[in-house]
Amino acid sequence: MHELSSTAFVISSFIKVFLVFSVSLLVVAYMTLAERRISAFIQDRRGPNRVGPSGLLQPIADGIKNFAKEETMPATANRRFFVLAPALAIFPAVATFAVIPFAAPLPTPWGAVDMVVADLPIGILYILALSSLGVYGLFLAGWSSNNKYAFLGGLRSSAQMVSYEVALGLSLIPVFMLAGNVTLTEIVWQQQQLGFWYALPLSLAFILFVISAFAETNRLPFDMPEAESELVTGYHTEYSSMKFSMFFIAEYSHILTASALMATLFLGGWSIPFWSGDHMFWHEGMLIAGFTAAGEAIPAAPAIWKTLLTFLAFALKTAFFILVFIWVRWTLPRFRYDQVMHLGWKVMLPVSLGYVMALAATILVLDQLGVEGFLFGAVLTAVSGLATLLFVFVLDRGRIMGGAAADSEGRPLQGLSVREVRPILAGAGATSGLPGGSDSEIARKEGM
Amino acid sequence: MAATVKVMRRPDPEEVSYLRSALKGMALTFRHMVRPEKVTVQYPEERPELSPRWRGTHVMEVHADGRPKCVACGLCPTVCPANCIRLVGGEDDNGNRYPIVYEIDEFRCIFCGMCQEVCPVEAIHVGVHFENAEYSRDRFVYDLDRLMEQDHPSTLLWDPSDPRSE
Repeated sequence: MHELSSTAFVISSFIKVFLVFSVSLLVVAYMTLAERRISAFIQDRRGPNRVGPSGLLQPIADGIKNFAKEETMPATANRRFFVLAPALAIFPAVATFAVIPFAAPLPTPWGAVDMVVADLPIGILYILALSSLGVYGLFLAGWSSNNKYAFLGGLRSSAQMVSYEVALGLSLIPVFMLAGNVTLTEIVWQQQQLGFWYALPLSLAFILFVISAFAETNRLPFDMPEAESELVTGYHTEYSSMKFSMFFIAEYSHILTASALMATLFLGGWSIPFWSGDHMFWHEGMLIAGFTAAGEAIPAAPAIWKTLLTFLAFALKTAFFILVFIWVRWTLPRFRYDQVMHLGWKVMLPVSLGYVMALAATILVLDQLGVEGFLFGAVLTAVSGLATLLFVFVLDRGRIMGGAAADSEGRPLQGLSVREVRPILAGAGATSGLPGGSDSEIARKEGM
Repeated sequence: MAATVKVMRRPDPEEVSYLRSALKGMALTFRHMVRPEKVTVQYPEERPELSPRWRGTHVMEVHADGRPKCVACGLCPTVCPANCIRLVGGEDDNGNRYPIVYEIDEFRCIFCGMCQEVCPVEAIHVGVHFENAEYSRDRFVYDLDRLMEQDHPSTLLWDPSDPRSE
């Protein structure tokens, strides 16, 4: 198949923009329903099931309700920024989806159409740049509301998003090293060629990316900016009606984009596992399926059914991550603010830095030895598996995350390992309510 | 003054690991997510099964010829702790006493069931029933006709000497 003419490119791009925008907003609407239903199932309830068959029309009812609600404007709010903030929040959330490829190229009489709105050469950099713009929406909302809780929420959101962006970027570097590129279509192609989803050879990067993505999307256990039990609802406390809805849509769009990004970067995007029929990539103006041993390009055979099948694969992978987002939210309690910062700067950052170094060394050694193909992936999988085991079983072991515990002189025990904390507690006779005080079932406290 | 503080025994901190504990928690929530049993009762399609001792709004028993069984003895307004029963008794040509006015204010009633316990002719009962919604407040003073029309079952386990009613 050949490339599109420029007229066909413009027309097809318009159609793709329209389709991707409406489909992603529809998915976002139904994610709210999925969230409510799944949270209900987890709590042994049924969830909304009255509007339409098993509640399928609930998002429409919610939308109508939100439009009909009264719009409030706090008297002391900064009007300009108060109105601007929801728009700023929703724009990057929706726009980031543009560079994510969602299916194999579609053959048409005018040439093969890429199933991505904009196949930007700077792919992930565009996503990182735009998603960090999202913090402006949240912070402006918190600041312009002129409300202390909203302000605290906005403050937290900017601190948290800036902190975790570092870990997010560092956990992406192994992907860049392996793919040699930041274009998302090429990352999918490289995964097809390697025969490994990057979740295996880059398992620790995958875990770090998932954790950072949770923090970036402000989902539990990192929903510091909202923190209902502390800050009313954080940055959008003063918002009502459709303005509130826009923050809501922005949050869920972020989840959708993050899920699609995880699927693309680490689970092979739209490619179907164990099948080479969907390998397709633009190489020098031609759609190719791979190279022969002599280095000649093999032309690819795009088909409509292949496009549909790969779209299904992409949708399933994305839906899996959306489910994980919802599932984790209804399992884990919220971190304390200092714990979030501790995890971000003292755990995620050094671990991802060390992992980048270890992986770079491994890739260098493998390249020098001339190892390629399956063995290359297998060695990387082993190295990353080891790093993951170290992360889960050694680093994440017996570490006290709290700041509430203190020894008898009031020094905090935060961040110490259990081996360090034990003797302090035993010596002090355990006056604090800390775990593990063996002879302290009943502690007598003076002066109460 | 010294106070005694009980320190709860927490799990051994040697076992603390955030990621693995989080995965353990997710396994638990997943089991609940796929579990078909739900605690929600799908009212009004499904109805909760009420206890036989349930004490709801009152029912007046009637004779086969449609007269109320009440003999206007006055025991129920006397025993009623909420003072919600209004009874004006009368006597017919045969010397049988009957209620001219018998009203229960269901808003004042505390559903203790003592009217049912004290009734010598088992005429007034509390019912196994909970759907009492009305469009206006005055509809909650049930008069004799209303009480006789009530068709929901009356509470069976009301006798204090019945061991099942304990």
